[in-house]
Amino acid sequence: MKWEIVMGLEVHAELSTKSKIFCGCKAAFGGEPNTYVCPVCCGMPGTLPMLNRAVIEYAIRTGLMLNCEIARTCKFDRKNYFYPDLPKAYQVSQLYAPICSGGFVEIEVNGQKKRIRIREIHMEEDAGKLIHDSPGGKTRIDFNRAGVGLLEIVSEPDFRSKDEVLAYLARLSETLLYLGVSDCKMQEGSLRADVNISVRPFGEALGVRTEMKNINSLKAIGRAIEYESARQIEILENGGQITQETRRWDDEEGKSCGMRKKENAWDYRYFPEPDLLPIFIDDKWLERARLTLPEPAHRKRERYICEYGLSEHEAFVLTGHKNISDLFENVLEHGGEPLESAHLIMGEIMRLMNDSGTLPEDLSVDGRKLAILVDLVLRSKISRGAYKEAVLAVYANDAEPETYVAQQGLLMMSDGHIISEAVDMVLADYSDAVMDYRAGKIKVFGFLMGQVMKKLGRAGNPDLAQSALKKALDAEVGEG
Amino acid sequence: MMTHDLSALELSRAICAGKLSVLEAVSAAIRLARQNEHNAFLSVAEESSVRRAKKVQEQINAGEIHSPLAGVPIALKDNISAAGTKTTCASKMLGGYTPVYNATVVDKLERAGMIVIGKLNMDEFAMGGSGETSAFGTVLNPWDKSRVAGGSSAGSAAAAASGEVPLALGSDTGGSIRQPCSFCGATGIKPTYGAVSRYGLIAYASSLDQIGPIAMNINDSAALLSVISGPDGKDSTCIIDKAFDFPGGEENQSPGVKIGLPRNYFGDGIDEDVKIAVLAAAKEFEAAGAVVEEFDMPLTDYMIPAYYIIACAEASSNLSRYDGLKYGYRKDGANTLVDVYRHSRSEGFGIEVKRRIMLGSFVLSSGYYDAYYKKALQTRALIKDAYSKLFERFDMILSPVAPTTAYKIGENIDDPVKMYMGDIFTVSVNLAGLPAVSLPCGFDKEGLPVGFQLIGDFFAEEKLIRAAQVYQNLTDHHTKRPGGRC
Repeated sequence: MKWEIVMGLEVHAELSTKSKIFCGCKAAFGGEPNTYVCPVCCGMPGTLPMLNRAVIEYAIRTGLMLNCEIARTCKFDRKNYFYPDLPKAYQVSQLYAPICSGGFVEIEVNGQKKRIRIREIHMEEDAGKLIHDSPGGKTRIDFNRAGVGLLEIVSEPDFRSKDEVLAYLARLSETLLYLGVSDCKMQEGSLRADVNISVRPFGEALGVRTEMKNINSLKAIGRAIEYESARQIEILENGGQITQETRRWDDEEGKSCGMRKKENAWDYRYFPEPDLLPIFIDDKWLERARLTLPEPAHRKRERYICEYGLSEHEAFVLTGHKNISDLFENVLEHGGEPLESAHLIMGEIMRLMNDSGTLPEDLSVDGRKLAILVDLVLRSKISRGAYKEAVLAVYANDAEPETYVAQQGLLMMSDGHIISEAVDMVLADYSDAVMDYRAGKIKVFGFLMGQVMKKLGRAGNPDLAQSALKKALDAEVGEG
Repeated sequence: MMTHDLSALELSRAICAGKLSVLEAVSAAIRLARQNEHNAFLSVAEESSVRRAKKVQEQINAGEIHSPLAGVPIALKDNISAAGTKTTCASKMLGGYTPVYNATVVDKLERAGMIVIGKLNMDEFAMGGSGETSAFGTVLNPWDKSRVAGGSSAGSAAAAASGEVPLALGSDTGGSIRQPCSFCGATGIKPTYGAVSRYGLIAYASSLDQIGPIAMNINDSAALLSVISGPDGKDSTCIIDKAFDFPGGEENQSPGVKIGLPRNYFGDGIDEDVKIAVLAAAKEFEAAGAVVEEFDMPLTDYMIPAYYIIACAEASSNLSRYDGLKYGYRKDGANTLVDVYRHSRSEGFGIEVKRRIMLGSFVLSSGYYDAYYKKALQTRALIKDAYSKLFERFDMILSPVAPTTAYKIGENIDDPVKMYMGDIFTVSVNLAGLPAVSLPCGFDKEGLPVGFQLIGDFFAEEKLIRAAQVYQNLTDHHTKRPGGRC
């Protein structure tokens, strides 16, 4: 029998607002445990939430970019459950009136375009984190993350393959990054995806689904989908039935295991959050948000191709991450020639990132400095070799390019007088070789050239030195 | 000078005139609080009060404080957080809990030069109407120690009525300021929802809770309400524009207002003595020039159920954070996470709190939400509408606070439904978010105080207070003290 996999995604994106959603604490990754906390985000008795308006702003912008309807009145609800990382024992979330609904994301897999529908986007607060590795086998709680704003982006069950899921996640994180609403780092947990998955014989009604949680990388998502669909197909082919349940993915073991069955599913006892007033979003607010939307990646690609004459491949690579396209545009703003700048980023910069294991989200290079180097190499002020060296210095040590090039003596020696002096000295020092050359052993030219470059140092312009040497050797023959 | 014979405003005037020191006023209150004759106090902050008294005295001497309540000692219901002071909600669950921050009202009291001398007993987590659900013993009624003081702000009303402290703060979720005031002969105000910040008030039912003043008379209560009211950047439901500023109220003006009297509140189920005293208060207003008109209060059958469903639903969520992990009571020796939760909560909470948590969890659970919680919200909207129509006809509504006077300790504690029915006249005010003042209006045959309430439209506190001032200028019920003192 031929099986079709049907999937829907719930993506949690941690918002990169400066402060948390309901208090003034810093919303940042890392930090010593329980240093970004206050009575509000720790859920101390008597404290109350104050909504951070930036979170609404971020949600509206995300909704608009994902073609959603924005609710004019939106409210918060409480989702009640006990867990040590949840300080109030309820999460402030949205059930009854989410801020965005009914959008879509366009993806492309194997040249096929497809729309993945978004059911809704809602705002909520993140929980803290349990730390299990403390001495004595004790578990401790870190509330730094508690109260950081989240967007939960819920898709319709429109995915039919792993590749569609990966393409969607790539497009989604690209959009969130371009908006600057989330840094989308899966390994730090700022982007998390739960996959709802079921299988069915082609053309038949939807099967029973399971929900996979704890998937921490794109690779893991692919593996989890392959594992879970195979598990379900095997059960069905052996005449079994799928149980509706939540399953936890264990990437090290490469398998999932059941967390809780539907009949044991938590009853979250949702009800309207009485501590927060409804939010009214008017036309003006929406219009203002619309005006601040960034250029989406696919539009950037078109522009790179038309305006800068880049190839489709080049445009694609440069818009693969917001930080990459930001760097590219930054180099251009500082006068970098588009093609040379594109090649610099796709070549040397990406190689350096790769060598140092730097992810695009952590990339930090000064575009102005790269623009200076692009200019120097295009005007033949430095050799390609020196260019590479200077780019490394800027990349690794944020060196000031002009100072660096001067101090390292990388500016090409193009002074004809100095070059001919060097050539003359070499001719005098190695008269035997000169005679050999003139006797037709032209192989020694390389040796002589090497001696000239040695005298000139690293900054010697090899093109000029070569022609000067050749001219000197040939000229003396003529005279003799 | 006997400080407890002075009203709070008089006390402050005496202090500012140099007739009495802040320390003398504070020491007198602390002495009575230490004696704790009615079990009204759960803790007395002697050291910090003395320290603050000296500081406030310096500020007054330097002319830095211009508050009509400067130098006045006050005590807080033990669900209002004060940094560094144990705040227990009269529960074993929070028996050892000390907040790290001040409630907004506490900051405001301090800015007004007032001195918090201690924390007051109450029904556990403000759940109860008799003061008997406290984990630290029942509050005794100052008029008869074999009787309850009412609740849940039992200690606040008992301490203020007995003159142990000139002013107290209580909280009112379904009548918890007004009813103990009525039982103890004190004067209290339940402000409009959103007039006083709830930040730092340990929540029972968030959409109903309001902090309010309790004193011996309306002028003291009004002055205290001015101090604690006003917008707050820490509570988005505190929607008031600016703090109240009430006129002095010494003038004996006629209210000239239209007062609605709910005829159906005076039928079966109300004590004859309560009925007589409250109707006499209505006559008093009429004599002072008010127009009193009877009407039938609609929806009375639905008020108690709607209130208990909504309050318990919110409580079940608000009290979930007491899980034995972060603060509060934790059962030793529990081996699993679920055991920590189960044993800590089973042992930390008293029976009434557990009853309401279970009731609230039930009405919110899937399959029951629509039948109970949603219906209760719809009922609440109808009650709000009914009041807003009434306030097109009337300036205010005059009603009893409770159907009875203070009953014997233990008399009703095993009959929760009877207990809940005692809230019949008060809960709709909270459901609608309206302000109300509770004033003494006489005594029953046993010599126990009777109270009535004036209910107003949103933010009509000033109107209510003016009417209350007129009433108290014409009558002397509020001047009667337990033990025959006057």
